[in-house]
Order: sequence, then C-alpha cells, then structure tokens
Amino acid sequence: MDVTAAKYIGAGLAMLGMIGAGIGLGILFGNYLNGALRNPSAAAGERPMLFLGMALTEALGIFALVIAFIILFVKV
Amino acid sequence: MAAIDPLHQFAIERMVTLPTVNLGGVAIDLSITNSVAAMMIAAVAICVFFALSAKGQVVPGRLQTAGESIYGLVDGLTSSMIGHEGKKYFPFVFTLFTFIMFMNLFGLMNLLGLEHLRMFTPTSQVAVTGALALITIGLVIIVGFAKNGLGFFKLFVPSGVPVFILPFLVVIEVISFLVRPITLTLRLFGNMLGGHVVLAIFGSFVAALGAFALSTGGAAYAALIPSALSFFMVVALTALEFIVGFLQAFVFAALACVYLNDVVNLGHGH
Repeated sequence: MDVTAAKYIGAGLAMLGMIGAGIGLGILFGNYLNGALRNPSAAAGERPMLFLGMALTEALGIFALVIAFIILFVKV
Repeated sequence: MAAIDPLHQFAIERMVTLPTVNLGGVAIDLSITNSVAAMMIAAVAICVFFALSAKGQVVPGRLQTAGESIYGLVDGLTSSMIGHEGKKYFPFVFTLFTFIMFMNLFGLMNLLGLEHLRMFTPTSQVAVTGALALITIGLVIIVGFAKNGLGFFKLFVPSGVPVFILPFLVVIEVISFLVRPITLTLRLFGNMLGGHVVLAIFGSFVAALGAFALSTGGAAYAALIPSALSFFMVVALTALEFIVGFLQAFVFAALACVYLNDVVNLGHGH
C-alpha cells in the first residue's frame, strides 16, 4: 500500500478515539443537568467543576486529534 | 475545489532578524518572529489593562469591574483549591491564567479583516505550551521538595492501600505524575490548533463553494446555500473559539492549582 494512502487511513482510524470523549461529555453534562433539576439553587456552585470536568474530558478527544495530525503531517 | 491547506496559518515567519546567540553549543535564534511579537503584544496588553483598571473607586466603573472579576476568579480558584496558603501561589497562577487567556483571545483577531494583518496564536505552538507546562511542573516539584524534603515521594504512595498491590500502584502513580506536563501541553496546544484548523476549513468551504457557484452559473447557483451555511458555521465557531480560549486558560490555571495542592497539602487536608 502507498504510504500516503496508509497515512490517510491511519488518521481516520485515530479519530475513532473521539467516540469515548463524546460519550464522556454526554454523561458529564447529563448528570449535571440531572442534579441541577433536582437542586437548582446549588447548580451555580457546581458550575466551575462542570467546566473543569468538561475541559479534562475534551482533552482526551483532542489527544486523538493530535495523534491524527502527527500521523498525517510528520515526515519521516 | 483547490487543495485545502489549513496548516499554512501556523507558519512562523521572522519579522525582525536579530543575531543568533550561541549558548553552550546550542544556537538560539533571537529574531523576533510573529509568535514572539504576539506574545509581546499580549504581555503589554495585560500590563496596560491592569494598570488602567486598578483605580480605587468605591463604585467601580466597567474597566475596574472587569479587572477585579478576573482577580476574584483566580483568587477563588487558589483559595478553594490550595487552602489558606493559596495566597503565596496567587501571582503565579494569575500570570499563567491572564497570559494564556490573552494569547488565546488575541489570536482570533484580524485588523480590518485583512489576512496579512492577522494575529498569530502563540499557544498553537507546542514550544510555547510546552514551556508553560514545564514551568508549572518545575514549580510543583521545587515546592514539593522545599516543603516536604524527601517526604515528597509520599505523593506516590496513597494511604489505605493493601500492601500487595502497592508496587504496581506506585509505578502507576509515578507514570501519571510524569505524564502531567505532557497532558498540560497537549490539551492547550490541541484545543488551539484544532479550533483554528476547523475555522480555516469552514472558511475555505465558503470561498470554494461561492467561487464554484459564481463561475459555473446556471444550476450551480444552488451551491450558494451551503456556502452561506458554512459562513454561519464560521461565525458560530468563532464564538465557540472565544469561549474555548477563556476555558482553556481557566483549566490550565485550575490544574496548576490542583497540582500545587497535591504537594503543598501533602499528607494533611486543607
């Protein structure tokens, strides 16, 4: 197989890592909304933790993106 | 459609060529590049902003409120995460937060909408984010040894763990500590790189679909609809990038506080 073709396939496969990040973010926000509906006055206090958790989870999906870019663009 | 090159915007160009300095065999090029100029602009803007907003009015105006709310945000972060010793680390965390936030936000600006007057985002370079992450972890290690001496290594031995899995757990803890600067670097780098690449790709859709519609004519005018949709996506993505710029600065500062809390309050709670 051609190296460039393999690179494109590799980059596409690397992006499957975003599945986990998507699921994790859905769980995170769903639980926050659940809690916010039960206890609306306490929701504002937890919001900084929500954004922190969101950024940490999103980071893992972005690591997958970085690997895809490395596969595509780093010349060996 | 023409080949899309979304990575061209990250090219480093020299603006002012200064001589190369040789430090112990390593040649360091002191030229002022677009990355260095953007960092200088961010630093000057921070100083000017906080100098102007440091008025002592009892009923604050808008600028003073903005400056005080940034101060309050970082102060709340350090005092809640690190506890009563948080004040000592406040200047460091504040500098980290404002520097990263200003660099991220300025990178989205174009003067007059012209492509060559576009600002550069220094945090989209691994060198810049790597340096910030190494400084943070270096500070954590130095503070850890200064405060705890050799007791610093108790960080890797959590309490209340059965003895027979202790060796594995220590190895895992050491690895996860060593991975911290890498994750700090890649999180900020990946967010900024990904944001700008997606903006460039959607922008190229607007131009390419519009050019196709206008040059071919006839039924191809229908291609103006996805062109307009891509334009609205660019607007929405730019708004998202403003939020992400602020959020990534906040998360970097918050993680710095969490890592400092681990070493400052080693063994005991807040």
